Formats: sequence, structure tokens, C-alpha cells
Amino acid sequence: MTEIVGSLLRVLSLIRKELLAILKDPKSRASVIVPPILQCLIFGYAASYDLNHVPFAVIDQDRSFASHQLIAHFDGSPVFTQVATLSDPRKLAAMINSRQVLLALDIQDGFARQLAMGQTASVQIIADGRDSNTAEVATSYAAAIINGFNAQWRQDHGLPASQPLVVTRAWFNPNLQTRWSMIPGLIGTITLIQTMMLAAMSVAREREQGTFDQLLVTPIRPVEIMIGKAIPAMLVGIFQATNILLVAQLWFRIPFAGSFAILYMGLILFVLAAVGLGIFLSSIAMTMQQAMLYGMVVIMPATLLSGLSTPISNMPQSLQLVTYANPLRYAIQIAQRVYLEGVGVSELLPYLWPMAVIAMVTLSIATWMFRHRVA
Amino acid sequence: MTTAPAVIRANAVTKRLRQRHAPPVLALDQISLSIPQGVLAALVGPDGAGKTTLLRLLAGLLPPDEGELFVLGIDVAHDPQRVQDAVAYMPQRFGLYEDLTVKENLDLYADLHGVTAAARGQRYPSLLEMTALAPFLGRLAGQLSGGMKQKLGLACALIQSPQLLLLDEPTAGVDPLSRHELWQIITKLSTEGTSALIATSYLDEAERCQQAIVLRDGKVLAQSPPRNIADRARNLVVLHEPMRDETARDLQARLLDTDDVIDAVPQGGRVRTICRTSQPSALAPSFEDGFMTLLAGAPRARVSRTPSPPVTRRDEVSVEVRDLVRRFGDFVAVDHLSFSVKRGEVYGLLGPNGAGKSTTFRMLCGLLPATSGTLLVAGEDLRRTPASARRNIGYMAQRFSLYPQLSVLENLAFFAGIYGLKAHLRRDRIQWALEEFELAPVRTQQSGMLPGGLKQRLAMAVALLHEPPLLFLDEPTSGADPLARRDFWRRITVLAQGGVTTVITTHFMEEAEYCDRLAILDAGRLLAEGTPAQIRDANIQKEGSTMEDAFIAIVEHARAKAQGP
Repeated sequence: MTEIVGSLLRVLSLIRKELLAILKDPKSRASVIVPPILQCLIFGYAASYDLNHVPFAVIDQDRSFASHQLIAHFDGSPVFTQVATLSDPRKLAAMINSRQVLLALDIQDGFARQLAMGQTASVQIIADGRDSNTAEVATSYAAAIINGFNAQWRQDHGLPASQPLVVTRAWFNPNLQTRWSMIPGLIGTITLIQTMMLAAMSVAREREQGTFDQLLVTPIRPVEIMIGKAIPAMLVGIFQATNILLVAQLWFRIPFAGSFAILYMGLILFVLAAVGLGIFLSSIAMTMQQAMLYGMVVIMPATLLSGLSTPISNMPQSLQLVTYANPLRYAIQIAQRVYLEGVGVSELLPYLWPMAVIAMVTLSIATWMFRHRVA
Repeated sequence: MTTAPAVIRANAVTKRLRQRHAPPVLALDQISLSIPQGVLAALVGPDGAGKTTLLRLLAGLLPPDEGELFVLGIDVAHDPQRVQDAVAYMPQRFGLYEDLTVKENLDLYADLHGVTAAARGQRYPSLLEMTALAPFLGRLAGQLSGGMKQKLGLACALIQSPQLLLLDEPTAGVDPLSRHELWQIITKLSTEGTSALIATSYLDEAERCQQAIVLRDGKVLAQSPPRNIADRARNLVVLHEPMRDETARDLQARLLDTDDVIDAVPQGGRVRTICRTSQPSALAPSFEDGFMTLLAGAPRARVSRTPSPPVTRRDEVSVEVRDLVRRFGDFVAVDHLSFSVKRGEVYGLLGPNGAGKSTTFRMLCGLLPATSGTLLVAGEDLRRTPASARRNIGYMAQRFSLYPQLSVLENLAFFAGIYGLKAHLRRDRIQWALEEFELAPVRTQQSGMLPGGLKQRLAMAVALLHEPPLLFLDEPTSGADPLARRDFWRRITVLAQGGVTTVITTHFMEEAEYCDRLAILDAGRLLAEGTPAQIRDANIQKEGSTMEDAFIAIVEHARAKAQGP
């Protein structure tokens, strides 16, 4: 019993010391608060696939009332800005080459006639495919506008509503704003970068300053060091995740569909895995520089293989396997699904247990390394 | 004074150093001095006396606030660049690039000083011969021993054939052999006509110089040939014989507590004492005697006189090392080492850099596994027993290893918590540490920003916080000034009287006199063991040999034998 009390006392002393070291200095205090919020704002605005003011050209070979109506639909959308009207389709290539337009709307001769006869009329959309992401998004916007035009035309002319050609309806994010899926994903990404680095520095700094030896000659046990190092880093991580959550709701006004209790349950496990990864890196590094380097080596693939920017299902099979060891993969799923879908615990289980396994493995190795990694 | 032109002339120079969160410190207060050309001068004084500040001013790195300062006839404040072109300044930590080789470091400093290829061709061979670094040209600077690093630093500083050398404690933390070699280099340069000013905390080094400048609190207490400073203790120095059953260390402590004694140090089993009044049949005074007399009246640490209950069982073995071996790959750092330390004993481990002292310490403390052999500390192997057994030891590492960003009080509170001291005991021990080590005035200051002497006191306070029966101290006095070292040893004396066992390493051979027994190591092997008197007497070569001479003789003899047929 006294042994447990002694153990608790040592862990609490270490936690207190760690928090003091992080929060005492105003500069390091600011570095815990400002960068995550800043990163969140930058990502929220910059890393968005939403398009605005896409320059486009019109090649109206029909020159009819109907074609004007369709062009008006494009002009009325904030997404597109008409910058040129071409009479000669051959001029288009030069405009796309010089990036003056990203997209062209080519209305063939006979468009109005075909419509009037109730036939299928064709409209050609030409996009600059060099930036495939942007082109894809722009063409899908264009298709939506054309569908909208189609529906209204049929209504105005008393025609029965036909089956539209393309049915695209995004669930949970009806306007398909990438920001809505991006920001909840950032809760995981930014928290991983911040917490893992903080944890990676923690033991390496002590090794470099020689304080780790001083700690190891005291009665503290490796497990107690591990807990005493993990908890403060986790507290900071949860605090940072909360800040990003607040930015998402108060600044970007993204509606929260799920339960905070469930989200935080997932976040705690995720932060534990991130801290485990960090302390593991720290336990094999001899200096802070090494720890920083190892951290960088892990963070790049972790963000790329997280599914935030590119779907995991598009990756080669071997890389898909690697993503199973990436805690960020699960965190992004949890954050997005709880935030936007409001799913319950049972649906999250497949994401929760892998993170627990990652934490257990990394923290066990780190604990062993404390005493066995020798200069 | 001589008629030779002065290489250094200071006229009422004052310098205040600005600090963060504190009023500026008066580092130099109306200093006036003059050093003639071709002279080897020593700069001595307690920590914080202004030695480093003066050297930095002379090197043109800081401007004086008031007064005039001429170096080689150049006004430093007006033309620092011209001074820097003609002067070699070696700071306490010389900026060697640890990831570059010896040769690359030399080339780099030659490039920085614009030394031509032709001049290098002439300069390199003589520098390499002088420093004996030629066989190590391809080795990374980071892998050199402490002494070799200092020699390389000196070689880099000397690359431009300077007219004046400014060296800031070049021998701090360097073992006696390397120190000996460094001084051979300095003496050679001096005979070739180079002027030099050398700050040092080794008073025997000052004795080798033609001039000694004693600084305290930013003021010059004396500037004269060392002989004249020694003469201040003329007729005052006597040797006292300890009583039976009393160690020289205990007698010293007793003498220091009397009012008519200026200073006392153990020497060859007896106690060299400086009295306040003239003594019949007094000894010839040394520079150190004169220095201590000059500084008499400096505040001394209050060491509490209340030792723990007296020890009864002195023959109990506290530390036992048998056939200890530690290999790092092919390199044998500790080679079949055996020794044992009794309870209440002060046991000194001496040896050159790289002799395996720190490795042995780390194994004793359970930080490093032994390759083979037996290690018992208070009857237990610290790597195998439960963590609670580590409560028996107090450990002070070679470099300051407390949390630099935490305050003094926060560091004490943290370690009190880690050692499991509960409520009132914790309060009492922290209070004790603040009083005993006079840390109360700086309790809220950041530990990393404290001056060296205070850092050492704090580290010692932490090592003693949980009242361990065993102390492992790895070079605890390295870089400390003579006064701080005396205070330190008085504390050890009190602890030993209370039955605390101490194992200690040091590069100050006169400190070996405080130990009950010593072991001299080199290349991981035990070369000699015994009381200080036994070790010195067995290796005496001429009358008046010091412990340092004995040490050098033992190590050189062993090395010659190892290289022999």
C-alpha cells in the first residue's frame, strides 16, 4: 500500500515538473497555444478544394435564347467568372495553354432546336487537366449548373421532370464544402504534429542536458517515468485538440452532429497513441536534434497516408497496409464521422482498438529503452 | 616596473554587465594595470571576480563603460578589429567544431584568420609538434579527450602567430598530465617572446608566471611577481600534526573553526596552517598561502556543525567492486577493476581523462550495466535490486544536471517529491538545503542562469536532500575557485564524521589529500591504491614532491611499461 502511494507521489512530482517546464515560460506557453490555432486557420482557408471565380470561356455556336439562358446560369454562379466569348473554337487552345481560362463551355449549333424538340441536347465542357484536382472539381460544378438549367427548362416548358443524367448528392456535407471535412480532419493532424513532437523532445532533452541520469539514480521506476511523461503531453494534446474544435465551431461555424463524450473518448486514445509514438522516438534518440529528425521522418508519411488529402482506397495495396499502423488514419475517421455524421461508439470500435494497440506497443518499447539505451 | 613597453595598459576601466530581470552588475570597478611585453601573467581570483569580463574586454569583444584600455598600443574601444588580428583569445569553451576533424578545424581557423597556404606550411608542423596532435589529424574533434580538445583549441588560437595570448582557464577540467603538457606549450611560447595573460583557478599555475594579478569583486587586490604575494604569508605558515585517531581532514576542520587561523589544508597527512600571527620556525610560504592571506576576511560558508549520530561500525563495507569489466565494442573502458570502500570513508578515484572513472561511477549508480564482475553498493547491485535501493545513494554528475529552466526551489521540490519525502520532512529538508548551501537569496532564480559556484552548491544540495548514506561525486569541484573548493570539502568532512561514505573523482591533486584512501586509474586499470601518504611516499623522486608529481610518475611509469618490450 505504501509502495503504491510512493509510486503515485513520484508520478505526480514528475507530472508537475513536466507541466511546469512547458507552461512556466511565457514563450513556451504561447508555443502550445498559438501554432495549432494558426495552423488550423491557415489550413481551413488555404487547403480547400472549393473553387471561386474560375475563369471560363464561352464558345456559343448556337446563339439562341436557350444558350443565353445556360450562360446566364453560369454567370449567376459565384464559382465561375466569364472572361472571354470566343467565336472561333480554335482560339481556345491558346487561352488554356496560357492559363487565361481553366474551363470552356462549348454550346454546339442546334442546342436550342434539340431542346425544343424534346431531344437530348449536348453541351461540351473542356477543362485544363494539368491540375487534375481542380479540373475535376470545376467540371463537377459545371455539371451541377447544367443539371440545374435542365431541370428549370423542363419545368418552364411544361415537360415532365426527366431523370437527370448525373445524380451527385453529397451526404453530411450537402454543399460539398471541403472545409467541412478538412477541419475535423485537422483536429487529428495538427494534434499529432504538436503532441508527438512535444513527447519526442521530452526524454531527448533530458538525455542531452544530463538530467536523465540524475533522474535514473533516484528511486523512480521506468514505468513511472513513462506515465509521468505521457500524461502531461496528453493533457497538452487534448487542450490543443479542444482549441481546434473551438475554431471549427466558433470561427468556421461547422455544425457538430455527434456527441462530445464520444469524440473525446476517441481523442484521448488517439493522443495516447501519438504520445506513445513520440516517447518511443525520444527513447531511441540521444539528442534533441535526433529526436526532431525522427519526428519529421514520421510526420510526413503519417499525414500523407492518413486519408485526409487522398483517399486510402486509391493507394497501392502495400501502402494501404502501412496505413493500419498510422494512428492519424483512425483519428481522422473518428473526427469526421463523429463531427459530421454523429456516429455512436459501436461504429467507432474498429478505429479505437488499433490506436490502443499502437500506444501499448510504443510505450512498452520506450519504457524498456529508458534503462537500456546506453550512451 | 620594467622599462619594456606595455602590451596591456588599463586605466580606471569600469564595466557593468546588464542582466535580464535584475539590475546591472559591476563586473570591473576602476581597474588599472599594466603588463610589460614578453611577460607571462596570471589572473586569479574567486568566481565572479571579473576575470572573464576583463579578458573579453581585452580581446575587443566588449567595450569598456569608462576608462582607457590599450592592447599592443591600440585603443581597443576604437579599433577592436586590429586588436583581434594581433591577439589570440581562447575562451573557457573554445569553439571547436566537433563534427570536423583536427585538420579541418585547423584549416577552418586558418581560413578565418586569412593565413596563406605558405604560412600554413610553416606554422602547422611547429603547432602539431608542440601539441603532439600530429597522429590525430584525421580524428573528429568531438572524439578527442578533454585535454586534447584544449590543446587543439590552443593550436587553433595560435594559428596566426599572435603577439599576445589571452587564455581563459585553459586547464579547467583537464587531467594533471594534460595540464602538464599544456603548460609546457605555454612556457615554450613564453620563452619565444609571446606575451600572455592566463586566467586560472589553479594557484600553482600562477606561481609559474612572472606576474600575478589578483582580482576580487571587480577590483585589483594585487599585481606583482608571485613571490611577493607569497611573502604576505611570511612567518605565518606552520604544519600541524593530527592527534591519534584523528584524520588530517578532521584536524583541518577543527583548526578552521578557531579564530586565529586564516586557512588550513591537509598536506601529506599533516595540516598546513596559515595563522593570523607570527609563528616561530614558520615554513616558506607558497603562492597559495599568500593568496589566501590576501583574501582573508572573505565570507566563508557556514557549515552546520551538527553531524548525524557518530558512527560505531567503521569496518562495515559500503562499496565493493570485484573484477569489474566494461567494454564498448573493442574498447575496454574498465579492465578488471577491484576495490572496496568502508563506511564513513572518503575514497578518491584519480586518473587522467578517459581512465574509466566516470564509466565506473555510472556502473556503481546502476546507470550502465557491467560487462562482467561484481558490484555491490550497500550490499546490493543497483541494476538488479528494486528501485527503492537507489534511495541509498546521492549522485552528482560531472556536468550540471538539474533542470535549467526550473528555479532553485522548484528543482529542490521536484527531487524531494521523487525521493518520496513527505509533507513536513520535505519542508524541513528543503529549508535545510536553502540554509546550509546559502541558496535562499536565489531560491526563485532560474537554475540554468546561476553562476558556476551556485550551480555546484545546488547540485550538492539535491544529492544530499534525502540524506543518503552513500555519495558518488564525479568531479564536483571542476572549475570551482579555491575558496569554493574549501567550503565544499568542509561539508564532506562533516558528512564523513556522520558516517556518510563518499566516492569522489577530482583533477585537483591537492584535493586527494582530503581522501582517506585513493585509487589511481589509467586505461581502466588500477595502478596504485592506498592512503595519500602511502601513495606519495612510494613514488617520491625528490624532496618536496607533491601529490601531482607522484600521480604523474605513477601514470607515466605504467604507460611506459605498457608500451615496452
